[in-house]
Amino acid sequence: MTAARPAPRTFFQRLTRYYSYFTLAFAAFLAALATLEKEGMPRVWIGYMFMFATIVLYASIGLVSRTSKVSEYYVAGRRVPALYNGMATAADWISAASFISLAGGLYLHGFDGLAYVMGWTGGYCLVALLIAPYLRKFGQYTIPDFLAARYGGARGGRAVRLCAVAATIVISFTYVVAQIYAVGLIASRFTGVDFSVGIFLGLASILVCSFLGGMRAITWTQVAQYIIILAAFLIPAMWLSAKHSGNPMPQVAYGKLLPQLSAREAALMADDKEAQVRAVFRQRADDYQRRLDGLPGTWDAGRVALQHHLDGVRLRNASLLEIRSAERALIAYPKNPDDAVAAWTALRDENLARARPITPHAAPFPGPTPEASDIKRNNFLALAFCMMLGTAALPHILMRSYTTPSVDETRRSVFWTLFFILLIYLTIPALAVLVKYDVYTALVGSDFAHLPTWVSYWANVDRANPLISIADVNGDGIVQLAEIVIDGDVLVLATPEIAGLPYVISGLVAAGGLAAALSTADGLLLAISNALSHDVYYRIVDPKASTQKRVTISKLILLGVAFVAAYSASTKPGDILSLVGAAFSLAASTLFPALVVGVFWRRANQYGALAGMATGFVVCQFYMLHTNPVLGGSAAAQWFHIAPISAGVFGVPAGLAALVVVSLLTPPPDAHSRAFVDHVRRPDEAAP
Amino acid sequence: MDNRTHWRATRRLTAALLLAWLMTGFFAVFFARELAGLTIFGWPLSFYLAAQGASLVYLALIGLYARRMRRLDREYRENA
Repeated sequence: MTAARPAPRTFFQRLTRYYSYFTLAFAAFLAALATLEKEGMPRVWIGYMFMFATIVLYASIGLVSRTSKVSEYYVAGRRVPALYNGMATAADWISAASFISLAGGLYLHGFDGLAYVMGWTGGYCLVALLIAPYLRKFGQYTIPDFLAARYGGARGGRAVRLCAVAATIVISFTYVVAQIYAVGLIASRFTGVDFSVGIFLGLASILVCSFLGGMRAITWTQVAQYIIILAAFLIPAMWLSAKHSGNPMPQVAYGKLLPQLSAREAALMADDKEAQVRAVFRQRADDYQRRLDGLPGTWDAGRVALQHHLDGVRLRNASLLEIRSAERALIAYPKNPDDAVAAWTALRDENLARARPITPHAAPFPGPTPEASDIKRNNFLALAFCMMLGTAALPHILMRSYTTPSVDETRRSVFWTLFFILLIYLTIPALAVLVKYDVYTALVGSDFAHLPTWVSYWANVDRANPLISIADVNGDGIVQLAEIVIDGDVLVLATPEIAGLPYVISGLVAAGGLAAALSTADGLLLAISNALSHDVYYRIVDPKASTQKRVTISKLILLGVAFVAAYSASTKPGDILSLVGAAFSLAASTLFPALVVGVFWRRANQYGALAGMATGFVVCQFYMLHTNPVLGGSAAAQWFHIAPISAGVFGVPAGLAALVVVSLLTPPPDAHSRAFVDHVRRPDEAAP
Repeated sequence: MDNRTHWRATRRLTAALLLAWLMTGFFAVFFARELAGLTIFGWPLSFYLAAQGASLVYLALIGLYARRMRRLDREYRENA
């Protein structure tokens, strides 16, 4: 052991000691805030305290771990023990989509939402078995590095490298925009700052961390962030579980609640009042349909009627409130018949959706016909497939397999990664069931006059697009299930209030969501800037650059990328889950075949790799553009009724086929590539 | 143990575990409607498999792989 590298055992013990102190300090911080809340500190201050304290914490870890050594900056000195690398990778992995949206998705879609859970955990089998150990054996810095070395060819794999860099950037950038968007949402909801201010606040903390210390700072910050994420997710879930089942282990306890929830669903399905509310929505949907059929005459008539109504209230000197609402209705009215088609179609579909009977939570693929049910099953399989292969090809996750001391530690680190992810992921389905049970039993059937306070709080956060809305549709003064609309993104953030916990826990959950988004954004930004600085600048533009210069260039590129990403996020490009889904499908189609075939098939050559990456990307991108209505496609163009988010189902086989066919049609790889394959397959020489 | 034997053993282990990985995910989903009738500790079997069971199997597969490969690597080094 040299002086620069401490003996692994003591290093591990020292880390454990630091993080134990950290956990204790964090618990003390929570307790202190809880006491202050009891003493009457205003809510908004608690929100500020959490944001401020955690961001300062991440920044100071970044400051302590600052470095300008290449191997520290790119791969944290390759000395992160398996357990801690697993923890950091788990934080890297658990994004805002997992933390905030997944439980809400399960709440809304029941069984169908589990495709994400299965896909996102199953992908780690592929990481462990097919990719991570071989990347570690290769032992360089980035994913394009690996592909360029494998498919070297005459010009040092320059084309392959550039292709892989482009893929890394497209994938990571799509994903990082979703994370920064989430940072803005959380910061603005919990501290009341403007959305774009929230984005730049989050950005500042990401930057201090990764700017100063690269992978080294990010690793140690991510371990701290994981601890916060875990506490933030488990505390409210355990509390809710103890409240409903007397068992504080939500992962186990919800098995008992599920049959009760199903019984409640059956009772609500048969309830007259529910049917009454659904009939009202069907009536409204029919109304809009009639208006759509009668265009453009109905548009004219509607506008005249509104104008007439406004004149009427003005004439009879009605209250200001009435006049205002009549004016607003006229302003909100579609400007021309074309606008009316879009607006009324949306309203018709929304009402139709609310008129539909309850989807049973635990039933797989419910559908009116066997064919509809089969389509749902196929989509479930397709989505799980894309999420799995996408997981195994995400550059920022794979990059983390370079940071452990040996191949053996890398394999164990993947185990720990999935272990730490599962601590959260096994709780997510439980949380969805617990909250659903709470809403179905406590909220449904209660009085409109006595709604719990969390309902009005979350209904008022964003008045334009309410996260929760409850309206007495049939006018009986009692809440029916069909009268409640809950946005999937609000569920986890509102859980503490639903469970009746003090506001401190709400602040903690917000801090957890922020940690999830920031840790992922950190990893992604580093993946992008490393690809640009190491693979483009150092390997292609200026191979003689000094190590000092390489790290400086890296830092500058990081800064630039971060601002571009923040700017893109501030334009509110779409919802979090669909952005994330697109990133996964693209990663699976573009990088997965090249990475895996590179290790397991010697005959693959650079022409095959180039063709494979290009074909996978084009097919995947084409399918998304062709079938996603948001991007100008149409749902009618789908192949086998597969949703656009699962475009990788077509991209991966196409890419794989192109790789194999083109490789076989062109000359076999040279001796350099063959030696490389032998090298990564051979086990470590040094004992672990 | 030489390189060739080591790689053959690695490949065999990888293939076996990949098959187990594929079966876990595919069967739990493809036959979900049929499995929903069975219950395990109160959960419908297919719901449990998709929500928690399959993920736990995946964890076990990775753990098994790390252990077996560790032993394989040690044998390789001892007989090198």
